[in-house]
Amino acid sequence: MGILEVKDVGKRFGGLQALGDVNLSVKENTCHAIIGPNGAGKSTLLNCLVGKLIPDTGSVMFDGNSVLGRSPHEINQMGISRVFQTPEIFGDLTVMENMMIPLFAKRDGAYRLHAIESVQAEKGLIQQAEEMLAEVNMLDKREMHSASMSRGDKRRLEMAMCLVQDPKLLLLDEPTAGMARADTNNTIDLLKEIKEKRDITIAIIEHDMHVVFSLADRITVLAQGTPLVEDTPENIKGHPKVQEAYLGETQQV
Amino acid sequence: MLGLGKKDASLLLVVVALTMLAPFILNPFPSDSGMAQFNAGYPDLMQRFVIFGIFAIGFNILFGLTGYLSFGHAAFLGVGSYSAVWMFKLLSMNILPAIILSVIIAGLFSLLIGWVSLRRTGIYFSILTLAFAQMSFALAYSVLTPLTNGETGLQVTLDDPRILGVSATADGSIPVTNLFGLEMRSAYDMIVGPWTFTFSVGYYVCAIVMIAAFYLSIRIFRSPFGMMLRAIKSNQTRMNYTGLNPKPYTLAAFVISGMYAGLAGGLMASMDPLAGAERMQWTASGEVVLMTILGGVGTLIGPILGAGMIKYFENIFSKINDGVLHTWFSFLPDGIENFMVAVIHPFVGKGWHLTLGLIFMLVVTFLPGGLVEGGQRIAKALRKKDKDDDGKSPSTEPAE
Repeated sequence: MGILEVKDVGKRFGGLQALGDVNLSVKENTCHAIIGPNGAGKSTLLNCLVGKLIPDTGSVMFDGNSVLGRSPHEINQMGISRVFQTPEIFGDLTVMENMMIPLFAKRDGAYRLHAIESVQAEKGLIQQAEEMLAEVNMLDKREMHSASMSRGDKRRLEMAMCLVQDPKLLLLDEPTAGMARADTNNTIDLLKEIKEKRDITIAIIEHDMHVVFSLADRITVLAQGTPLVEDTPENIKGHPKVQEAYLGETQQV
Repeated sequence: MLGLGKKDASLLLVVVALTMLAPFILNPFPSDSGMAQFNAGYPDLMQRFVIFGIFAIGFNILFGLTGYLSFGHAAFLGVGSYSAVWMFKLLSMNILPAIILSVIIAGLFSLLIGWVSLRRTGIYFSILTLAFAQMSFALAYSVLTPLTNGETGLQVTLDDPRILGVSATADGSIPVTNLFGLEMRSAYDMIVGPWTFTFSVGYYVCAIVMIAAFYLSIRIFRSPFGMMLRAIKSNQTRMNYTGLNPKPYTLAAFVISGMYAGLAGGLMASMDPLAGAERMQWTASGEVVLMTILGGVGTLIGPILGAGMIKYFENIFSKINDGVLHTWFSFLPDGIENFMVAVIHPFVGKGWHLTLGLIFMLVVTFLPGGLVEGGQRIAKALRKKDKDDDGKSPSTEPAE
């Protein structure tokens, strides 16, 4: 029994069957990658997990509770954090303020009218935020206006904001899309470090096979809305069905 | 000081000094000089400055922090005024219960309107608030005549019950609004040479309330709650995926700004105990938007400056008629005098809106941060000049 159990999930948009009978089980403290060609339904599946979409059929259980019918903020409170394809951060605020929002949210200090500084001091929030920023190598940018940072920095800030909440499950939606090679490698290293240091389950959607094979413990291949195979990276690499999905039918010569 | 940072505390002190010394500051010209018409230091106008200041401070908590642009805030101001006048009619002429009731009723009313309007964002939210405000206006103007006295407006009369006060004074007139006996209309004239400075009780009551309102707004801006509101303006998606539901925060901000508007409405009725439906009209809602943008959206002091500026134009520029213009240009030959008057005529008197519109366009185009940004730029330029002067001073200073 995994921490995330997806059973027979189907989703239809008008005439398009985006997902059909998806079954997926993500084991605790593993990194599970979901790959597949464009239009395979990866993002739809992810949106069904975080409450942005409600599947037409099936069930999604997280940690023994159903997530269906809950809104995104409630699902986050259950312990699921999501990193977006384009980093979603608070662009008008500084890096440190960005870190404070999830911390206040977790500690429920958000409705207070005391000066920010006193609430921070009382709960040791600054220290927590600094530790987290140090982990993603952003401590020197703490006073920076977050909208003006590079995409790689925004991504790392977004991850720090998710991780500082201590989620049980971290969902990554193409975390290296549009990144330069060096930034991609940094992100891989960062994710490896996170995996080692914390009790955290990671589910990752990714196009970049380099990223997938460096991180994943299990891989599910989606094609046309249904899971093709689920196996270890070693077995996936040479799987004929996977090659077929990505490259089209193998031709007999 | 008072849980404020050093910078905020000094800003608060500046506002306190400005409001307390306003009768002097706004009356720079001797009362019999030609410039006396530019004096704004008479109680009626000073009260309007601070009351609309409160209105704009509250509006800025919603618009400046969360970015939700409401076009219906005048409805809360009107509701506040009606509540206050009803208190004068039924209970007593003491302004304290009247103001408390206006804030409560405006709060409840904004809770209702906010609950519905905040289901949408952006332009749809603005249109919903506008629709609600126009509905309230229509209700006050005709449908609810027994409660609002329709187009005449709600007034205190001689046969109101006033259970804790008197229906009529000993000499048979309507009692005046007061704060535990201190009459709002009483004033003291201080004559210094050619100058006359008027200190009115009503103004100082309003000013003290505004300072309290301003202090509260600083606390909101600098609190975790204020930070959440800024986060909502910045990115609602991330807010949702951080486990925070934006709705209670935006609703709280909406109700707080509605209560500020109710407070302003209550004070307005306390200074002059009548309430009319025109206070709820969409032009009044638009005015507070202009005030906030003109002064600087999301800044602390901006809304007060914007409110002051618009009220100054409304009351001072609108008084300049052709007769006044002729006296200004009387030193010129007749033809040129008439020409100058004809050129300036559309911008003053009834045309003051034109001047205001031009200024508004200039500010929005060149100073998107409003008057506050203008002030910051001037301060920066001066500081730079100071530095330059310091650098040069040893060589250029003439020996004395």
